[in-house]
Amino acid sequence: MNRKEYPRMGETVFSDRLDNGLTVYVDVKPDFQKSYAFFATDYGGMDMEFQLDGQWYDTPAGVAHFLEHKTFDTKDGNALQDLAANGASPNAFTSSAITGYYFESTEKFYENLKILLSFVSQPYYTQESVDKEQGIIGQEIRMIEDDPENQAYYAMLEGLYAHHPIRVSVAGTIESISRITADTLNLCHSAFYNPGNMVLCVAGNVDPEKVLELAREILPKNGKGSILRDYGPDEPAAAAGSRTELKMEVSTPIFRLGWKMDPAPKGEEQLRQKLIAELACEALLGNSSPLYARLYRDGLINGSFSYGFDGYLSCAYAMAGGESADPDAVAAAIAGEADRIGREGVDAALFDRLKKGRYGAEVRSLNSFENICVGMAQAHFAGYDMLRFPEIFEGISQADVEACIRTCFTPERAALAVVQPGEDRA
Amino acid sequence: MTEVTRIELLPGVYLTAVHTMKFKSSYMGIQLLTPLSEEHAAANALVPMVLRRGTERCPDMERLSAALDELYGGSVEPIARKKGETQCVGFVASFLDDAYVPDGTLILEQAAALLGELLLTPARENSRFVSAYVERERANLVDRIRAQVNDKRQYAVLRLVQLMCQGEPYGVDRLGSEASAAAVTNEELWARYQALLSGARVELYFSGSAPLERVESAFRSALAGLKGRTAAPVSVCRNTLGGGEEKPRNFEDVLDVTQGKLSIGLRTDIKVTDEEYPALMLFNAVFGGTTTSKLFLNVREKLSLCYYASSQLEKFKGLMLVFSGVEFDKREAAQSEILTQLEKCRRGEIEPWELEAARRSTVNSLKSMLDSQGRMEDFRLGLAVGGGDGPEDLAAKLEQVTVDQVAAAARRVRLDSIYFLKGKEKHQ
Repeated sequence: MNRKEYPRMGETVFSDRLDNGLTVYVDVKPDFQKSYAFFATDYGGMDMEFQLDGQWYDTPAGVAHFLEHKTFDTKDGNALQDLAANGASPNAFTSSAITGYYFESTEKFYENLKILLSFVSQPYYTQESVDKEQGIIGQEIRMIEDDPENQAYYAMLEGLYAHHPIRVSVAGTIESISRITADTLNLCHSAFYNPGNMVLCVAGNVDPEKVLELAREILPKNGKGSILRDYGPDEPAAAAGSRTELKMEVSTPIFRLGWKMDPAPKGEEQLRQKLIAELACEALLGNSSPLYARLYRDGLINGSFSYGFDGYLSCAYAMAGGESADPDAVAAAIAGEADRIGREGVDAALFDRLKKGRYGAEVRSLNSFENICVGMAQAHFAGYDMLRFPEIFEGISQADVEACIRTCFTPERAALAVVQPGEDRA
Repeated sequence: MTEVTRIELLPGVYLTAVHTMKFKSSYMGIQLLTPLSEEHAAANALVPMVLRRGTERCPDMERLSAALDELYGGSVEPIARKKGETQCVGFVASFLDDAYVPDGTLILEQAAALLGELLLTPARENSRFVSAYVERERANLVDRIRAQVNDKRQYAVLRLVQLMCQGEPYGVDRLGSEASAAAVTNEELWARYQALLSGARVELYFSGSAPLERVESAFRSALAGLKGRTAAPVSVCRNTLGGGEEKPRNFEDVLDVTQGKLSIGLRTDIKVTDEEYPALMLFNAVFGGTTTSKLFLNVREKLSLCYYASSQLEKFKGLMLVFSGVEFDKREAAQSEILTQLEKCRRGEIEPWELEAARRSTVNSLKSMLDSQGRMEDFRLGLAVGGGDGPEDLAAKLEQVTVDQVAAAARRVRLDSIYFLKGKEKHQ
């Protein structure tokens, strides 16, 4: 087992790779009451076409999310209830790239871990329960379709991407999930829930040896490694469209503005790209930027304004959004500011402050076990070590950030989605 | 190790300091405590929002953000809460803990000073607040109050409390009403601000690696401007149990919704400082507080009468609130099933596993609170306002509660009000 100290981040992480291909990380936190375990697969909403045992499969949108719902079913009932009866708080989520199952508890950690590893690795899907779930997930899809934030987000992604499956809703559609059967679930489980395609991350006052021991005991002895996927032909650098408008029942217009970026290669470059893109957002439109102050003062944005970066191995984009009486004016102001920074550069004193600010925010985010474990899992799949953040961050220069703003935050790469108040939803 | 100290720093100014090495951040709070009232609630809530816009030294958002970034990206949020019938307004802040600052700068003193500035030396215009700030933040407050109706689940709880406690201070929302928020003028807000500074009890909070002496001296110098206060301000905790009518009251609202919301309000008759309080907590967990509760398993899972059904305690006011989302035509059935489950608790019809799962979940929630600076701040603010046990003591007492005590607590609870949010005709 490897033991690694990160004195600047105040963490100590033990890790090992089992014979079946599963990597296990344990961040030991002796002063804490609670422990947290996150068991994740490198499988999300975008992974619809894949290869298993030499054969290619094309599956409907929404399978990863559907699987997440049904995986809690066990022969004897429901694992959620078993964990809850032990006082643990369990849950799960599916994103575009990963599916993760987790719990937090202050007691009976190993017993709970056993339950987690068992139900995730031992599928129990019956056609009857799949049929029943179609109704439940159908309700959830309707709720998502009624959620203006979500609609704006996907409209933005459709504006950015011509065909990459990131633009497909993680939950799928009523139509796509109607094509899911117990066989689909079993196929996708056997491909993506093999230990070689998964990672286990634990944080808390626990014994790493014991965690490894349980993983060896409960999980399958053999893995299939990582699974080859197809995300379609290469995307052009430019956004597919520039502006989409929807009408929904909202009190103020809601918007999402995205910028398509070229994905970074697997490894530390992934982390570097993320940190550069986040600093670029801060300098261009972040809370401390001159533009933000101007937009807030003019009443064009309010406290709901937020921004960020999402990076995967196959696609990457930055985005900003929130409520605004005039989203087009906000988009135009941001485009103008990006153009100005492209020509004049970022103010040096501002850049130094932003770097300090980001540093502190990043370190503080490690108060959360969830952030630690989910972050370690994502970093594992992307091929880097999240806790090497201070070293990578130090190496980022003002020129890196300016180059990012100049090349990525351009009108050609941008797509705006606006949800306007109104009844017409066609 | 974690050590908690509480001292009176200045007349009516209390500091709760938690010394801990666990976290990456120093968490701080400054709250002004004042009786909750319809007259002043909105203005009180608006005060920290306007103060957050600028100080004498950093008169606008850009300079304030720059100052925070210099301190390694601190966050300072205006906040308005109610604890029983006490309104608490002020700031909660999180800064990088000194132990993790790369260049060895000490942040605590500067952070406390910045909080002191925000509270005591706002940016001014003609001896009042900057009017542009008042206008914008008042509009933001009105928007927030108006937006409460967007989340129907929250709204149905808020309306129940408003209606059930009308005429009692507790019926006032933590943000005040839309009409009173819209009517606040710069002059009134300034007067309210002065009244809070001279009359409100001040609760300071710190959690981080710095030793008590440093925390004490940092806050003492940051709040030197409060020294002029002579006497300790009036007691702010004046919670009344009881209230309400003899017979349960029914209320209804009609909105354009596709799913109905049924909320039920009960009076618990048990104070947070009473011996029976741990039993009441456990009763709530068994009844509707967890995913192993009677409401969750029977009303939601088994009978599919509700999309959700759960209960929570308002511990300082002695209320138990039940809320559920139901189809319009299942309202009667859901209501009667919820009350049936309540009766079962009263009769002590609680399986051993139900009691144990509820106990484990409640203990787990209390213990894990010790790992969250934000939740601890909120809990300790409650202790400062209304008293009660700390999380460890409470957890220990929960271990001892018997099924008979849970049933006895359930029998003390009295049905007060039933609220139903229904849809317009076309959906019925």
